[in-house]
Amino acid sequence: MALLTVKNLGINFGGLKAVDDFSVNIEKGMLYGLIGPNGAGKTTVFNLLTGVYKPSTGTFRLDGELLNGKSPIEINRMGIARTFQNIRLFSNMSVLDNVKVGLHNHQTYNIFDGVFHTPKYVREEKAMDKEAEELLKVFDLDKEKDFRSFNLPYGKQRKLEIARALATKPKLLLLDEPAAGMNPNETEELMSTIRFVRDNFDMTILLIEHDMRLVGGICEEVTVLNFGTELAQGKTSEVLNDPRVITAYLGE
Amino acid sequence: MENFKNLLRTKKKTVISVIIGIAAFIICNILIKSGVLGRQGAGLLVPICINIMLAVSLNLIVGFLGELSLGHAGFMSVGAYAGCLFTIHANLPTVIEFPLALIIGGLTAAIFGVIIGLPALRLNGDYLAIVTLAFGEIIRSIINSLDFTGGAGGLKGINKFSNFNVAYIAAIITIVVIVNLVNSRHGRAITAIRDNIISAEAMGINVVFYKLISFVMAAFFAGAAGVLYGHHLAILKPGTFDFNKSIEILVIVVLGGMGSIPGSIIAAIIITLLPELLRDLSDYRMLIYSIALIVMMLSNSSPKFADFREKIASKFRRKTRKEAA
Repeated sequence: MALLTVKNLGINFGGLKAVDDFSVNIEKGMLYGLIGPNGAGKTTVFNLLTGVYKPSTGTFRLDGELLNGKSPIEINRMGIARTFQNIRLFSNMSVLDNVKVGLHNHQTYNIFDGVFHTPKYVREEKAMDKEAEELLKVFDLDKEKDFRSFNLPYGKQRKLEIARALATKPKLLLLDEPAAGMNPNETEELMSTIRFVRDNFDMTILLIEHDMRLVGGICEEVTVLNFGTELAQGKTSEVLNDPRVITAYLGE
Repeated sequence: MENFKNLLRTKKKTVISVIIGIAAFIICNILIKSGVLGRQGAGLLVPICINIMLAVSLNLIVGFLGELSLGHAGFMSVGAYAGCLFTIHANLPTVIEFPLALIIGGLTAAIFGVIIGLPALRLNGDYLAIVTLAFGEIIRSIINSLDFTGGAGGLKGINKFSNFNVAYIAAIITIVVIVNLVNSRHGRAITAIRDNIISAEAMGINVVFYKLISFVMAAFFAGAAGVLYGHHLAILKPGTFDFNKSIEILVIVVLGGMGSIPGSIIAAIIITLLPELLRDLSDYRMLIYSIALIVMMLSNSSPKFADFREKIASKFRRKTRKEAA
């Protein structure tokens, strides 16, 4: 069975159908792309899948569990983590602390332990530091761990967002335009990072992207959205050469 | 010995803080005993500790959670009345009665923190600020109209239990608890909410819960500070806990720097001492106090002053390093 099954998902804002009848099955370990022109409803799909919006129609399941109507907090705990199109780091916190916030729900010490710094606190904090530093090392951010995150260069901020999302130990990772604002070299590096994450963290990744080189380079399958509806779905190479898709992007 | 040295290195900040804490306690006690401070000076030490407790606890809401609360005096008054009514009616030895009163005052304020927190914390920003402001005023009006609180005439006959030692210990406990909280996973969650509430939710942080925890913690210590306050003045009047008091605490927090605990402590000391130091100027006192506030705020926020401060700090650092070598 697929890891993520989305069936006829839709949402209306007033009279506007922002997303209509969206369905997709994503297998475990897959790198899946969601593309489409500006305003097609891609980010709305992410907001539906992470519980920011409640769907008006349809259902979605992760590992067979129904996630409709759950809050973003519950959905994160059940295994979906995301990054944002406009970077949303905890900008005044250190790079290390950003990742440690991601690890929050995997720690068990309570407020009493936290306030009195009991041995349990010390033990778990130490383990947490180690885990966070290892994760930062993967993204080549370990040297900047004490920087405030807003002081990081743009590309590293993007990487930190991915590291922070991974720290919540998700089953499915949603990346919203990870290559936005990157130059070709940075994009190239990002592609290998995404592949590395998929292989080493055993991760399933759904990503929104405008950079067709990235999509063509790493995604195995894609769905094209246009005006909130599904235009095409299938193997990346086939879909990208579909005349309807080319028309949607370039016009008649 | 090697272990001890390692401990010193890793916990340098903590060790220095402990040394400063103990030194301040001893110095203040010597000054009181030797009479250098005089009666008036010694009388200011308790209000300083009270203001430190109020400012540090409010800083948790304003500086770390990032929400504006204008009702801190409300929590303080609830705690003050609860604790003082307890000591008036209870008949226990002071050693047990007073600490118990501090806890009762704190807990009552914390309960009020939950009561107003649950509906109010779904708001944020300006709206939450107005609600907390209204809460403070409602509490004051209620206390004013009740009989067992003494009404507008005030609650009299409170024992003068507060002394420097108790107030100092209470302030230290406040500081340690809040600093430790901030450095735990719960504190990080609170700071994450301040920095970006949307991604905090996306990281699975229970936003409402942590907002509530911050309010309850802050209310607890404000309540305990209120108990100290009541047992210091021996009389409680609802008029003291008005909007101005909340603003005064907020001024301390802003002056000390939001999210800076040492800043709050230093600012609390300055703001408590300033009106007293200016007492000789009689008529111009409040005028000069206000001007001093404006100057401090300006110099604190200006980048040039920050550079200047950094320069002095680096010189000082170099000097101590040379001495060490």
